[in-house]
Amino acid sequence: MNNPKSRNLSLSQRGMNFETLMWYFTRLSALAMYALILFGLIGALVMGARNQMNFADVMRWAFMPNVTHVQSTNVPDLAPWASIFWKLTACSLLLVAVAHGVHGLVVIADDYIVSAGGRKSARLLSIVFMLAMSAIGLYILWTS
Amino acid sequence: MGLKRNVSLLTGLRYKGQGPMLTFVLHRIGGLGMAIFVTIHMLSSFLGGKGGVFVNAIYENWAFQIFIFFCVLFHAINGLRITILDLFPKLIEHHREAIWIEWAVFLPTFGIVTLVIVKTALGG
Repeated sequence: MNNPKSRNLSLSQRGMNFETLMWYFTRLSALAMYALILFGLIGALVMGARNQMNFADVMRWAFMPNVTHVQSTNVPDLAPWASIFWKLTACSLLLVAVAHGVHGLVVIADDYIVSAGGRKSARLLSIVFMLAMSAIGLYILWTS
Repeated sequence: MGLKRNVSLLTGLRYKGQGPMLTFVLHRIGGLGMAIFVTIHMLSSFLGGKGGVFVNAIYENWAFQIFIFFCVLFHAINGLRITILDLFPKLIEHHREAIWIEWAVFLPTFGIVTLVIVKTALGG
């Protein structure tokens, strides 16, 4: 637990711990996801989405630029959508989103699990879950 | 540790947190909804087979699309408000106005998208 008097300390005296870092990470990763999603949206328009896709398809691509998300559309050539460039963009978005999401689940769990041991178990479980979902996501992205 | 609330469920439900509480609850519902959706979506495309087809059929249903779009859009816009206010703490003075701006952005966007989804579901 934090020092209960920490709110009385000046900013420079408070120090950084893991929870503070994650507090920053949650906000900064939100901005990063905004940037990556806009990036995917602009990329789709550059690659011809304006004439060959409907709005829902473009958003599906923007939220996760994986080639399977445009397979059912009218784009004539899937090759540019399946390039390394977009795979790397999708990997960044995946890793940021999984970390942001799993930390969010830990925050929710902390509201209901209040014992020290319970919180520790929730954190261990969340780390396992985060690694598993990241690995599954990377596997899907690089094999599709 | 030793967090004790000492309030009954009924008292909790009658808590008048107003606007900020509503955004907190909806942010949590949206985040949980997305986490569950993305997890099942990734597992179903990883495992494939009959289960994957069944899950994707649910995801393509228009009612589910409205729900998940609500989750994504509200979480994104509310999250942007939280991020801006937290990174520029002087703005916290105006947090209620920020919530009104948030609704002014969210409601028209969500309304238009819902209209398009329902129109498509009814056959253009």
